[in-house]
Amino acid sequence: MSNLEIQEIARQDYKYGFITDIESDTAPPGLNEDIIRFISAKKQEPEWLLEWRLKSFRHWLTMKEPTWANVHYPPIDYQATSYYSAPKQKKKLNSLDEVDPEVRATFTKLGISLEEQKRLTGVAVDAVFDSVSVATTFRAELAKVGVIFCSFSDAVKDHPDLVRKYLGSVVPYTDNFFATLNSAVFTDGSFCYIPKGVRCPMELSTYFRINQANTGQFERTLIVADEGAYVSYLEGCTAPMRDENQLHAAVVELIALDGGTIKYSTVQNWYPGDKNGKGGIYNFVTKRGKAFNKSKISWTQVETGSAITWKYPSCILQGDDSVGEFYSVALTNNYQQADTGTKMIHIGKNTRSTIVSKGISAGHGQQTYRGEVKIMKNAENARNYSQCDSLLLGDKCGAHTFPYIEVRNSTATMEHEASTSKIGEDQLFYAQQRGISAEDAVSMIVNGFCREVFRELPMEFAVEAQKLLGVSLEGSVG
Amino acid sequence: MLEIKNLHAGIDGKEILKGLTLTINPGEVHAIMGPNGSGKSTLANVLAGRPRYVATSGEVLYEGKNLLELPPEERAREGVFLAMQYPVEIPGVNNIYFLKAALNAVRKHRGEEELDAMEFLQLAREKMKVVELDEAFMNRGVNEGFSGGEKKRNEIFQMAVLDPKLAILDETDSGLDIDALRIVAQGVNALRSEHHAVLVITHYQRLLRYLVPDFVHVLANGRIVKSGGKELAEELEQKGYDWIEEEVA
Repeated sequence: MSNLEIQEIARQDYKYGFITDIESDTAPPGLNEDIIRFISAKKQEPEWLLEWRLKSFRHWLTMKEPTWANVHYPPIDYQATSYYSAPKQKKKLNSLDEVDPEVRATFTKLGISLEEQKRLTGVAVDAVFDSVSVATTFRAELAKVGVIFCSFSDAVKDHPDLVRKYLGSVVPYTDNFFATLNSAVFTDGSFCYIPKGVRCPMELSTYFRINQANTGQFERTLIVADEGAYVSYLEGCTAPMRDENQLHAAVVELIALDGGTIKYSTVQNWYPGDKNGKGGIYNFVTKRGKAFNKSKISWTQVETGSAITWKYPSCILQGDDSVGEFYSVALTNNYQQADTGTKMIHIGKNTRSTIVSKGISAGHGQQTYRGEVKIMKNAENARNYSQCDSLLLGDKCGAHTFPYIEVRNSTATMEHEASTSKIGEDQLFYAQQRGISAEDAVSMIVNGFCREVFRELPMEFAVEAQKLLGVSLEGSVG
Repeated sequence: MLEIKNLHAGIDGKEILKGLTLTINPGEVHAIMGPNGSGKSTLANVLAGRPRYVATSGEVLYEGKNLLELPPEERAREGVFLAMQYPVEIPGVNNIYFLKAALNAVRKHRGEEELDAMEFLQLAREKMKVVELDEAFMNRGVNEGFSGGEKKRNEIFQMAVLDPKLAILDETDSGLDIDALRIVAQGVNALRSEHHAVLVITHYQRLLRYLVPDFVHVLANGRIVKSGGKELAEELEQKGYDWIEEEVA
């Protein structure tokens, strides 16, 4: 198969490009202390949270946008962005039936209608629609075992002590340019608390959707697994087609207390821009977990969307015998750019971490794996295994790998493997000679390449991820 | 079934086949022999539609259709199978899953119903016996970590499952020990019928002891220079290729 054909296949339009027309309650563009007060007031927040936001904002003013990542984009005008947008709701909702029909229609188009989720999959969904939770399901059932799963705003109202205790405890408000910006202006997100010894009875899931033109999205997610608790959390998203770049800077904080386990899975499919690289989401995300004694934090991500991805889900292995994992598939097609990877900071003794990163580049896509493994002085017998594989489709894309390793304790065991391969003409021809179309063959080869990551995903998510990969590639190399 | 008329073809602008003519009827087994560089593999790859192998003139009719204008997957679905000289590995893609996708693509093309997992497995088990492949192979990646002999047997296994009308074996016998050779021949013999045709491309005569051809052709310098029955193969084995080249020169 020739490069020309490959390019032809890569040219597939974004399937989920539609816009829902809902009256919005939108803040005027711009960023200053008044806007932050407006957001805080809109959300009827307590004084301490407003103070925290203002503190963050003042710190942000002293910071510079980072330029070390291997991504290129025109400067963002932070004063041109609107920092708050909420679908108007006249009253509190008691059931799904009261949800705005347009909102529900959007979900249906995406194939994730709430009632279906509820009936068929048994997954509780906290649907974040343009920053404000529209409906929360299964809350009652979760409450029976003491699990709290709600929007971040509700958590601030109903569980202020928990929020106050953990907010910023993993990603401090001073952390980095984008996280600090988020701390100042975050609008909503999800909160989840699993009490001591409880195994969360279902997979928790949130669908994010960016809907308002020119509205930055600043989600905040906080998940706490108390001692011996277990939770599996799914995050998935698609966004409607937009002409202008949309800024997204989320923060996710995970806390696994002694013996706790958090499994966090993401399927990310935001609008990547058109085939000429016009439009698309800028995704600057800070995700980090702190693992205490004998606890485990596992990140699995499938990243196919966004024009620019800047994302490093990380683990601070603070407690002894704690475990951190990072499994990632990132795909860049057309003019997408991704600089993604992880950090594993080994502080406790006998800490273990695993990194498996699979990067797929097609079209003019540029992809960078950036990983840091740090073994601190007191981390006796720490172990890390890293594997970074890149797959290239066509000859106009690129893959780059930057692994940083810092070992300050001689008892550490480190393994690193890396590979770069190209989908060979020979492989494609072999499949075609057996009757399989080039497009199916590429999708098959890519899925084979990603198998180690997909098997970490919950079943229904794995299926979704494979489909997504297929859709994202239809137009890159099959 | 297959009519090749005055075919000129090559790779990267270099002409390798220089006017090859050959007709294969249903039910026939043809062997093409010839020294290295005579164009044997080029013929196989041009017929299967491998990229970079370009036909510059001449004609190839397959069941009355112009084979050369079909994309490779269409040729495969129409019943042309190439057992490759160097089967590639496709890591992580399950062997059995791959073959099921292939068979269903072929069946769909023929207007037949696609097989479900159970039906397919039943068929696969049956064919596996013919090539004496262990079931454990099926759940490994396509040719991933297979030995040379296992790869070749896998080709024959795929052929058995796909049941092609025209099977082309491109030096399938090279590098095989005597047992593997017997198994490969067994697989091909199982396919023989009045509806099937086979084109065996080989350098040596030894496969032809197990797989007796109806016709033997000698390819030299891009052309068929001599044709005969199975006894021609034996003659070649004894005398080598030099006398032919001298004869035509």
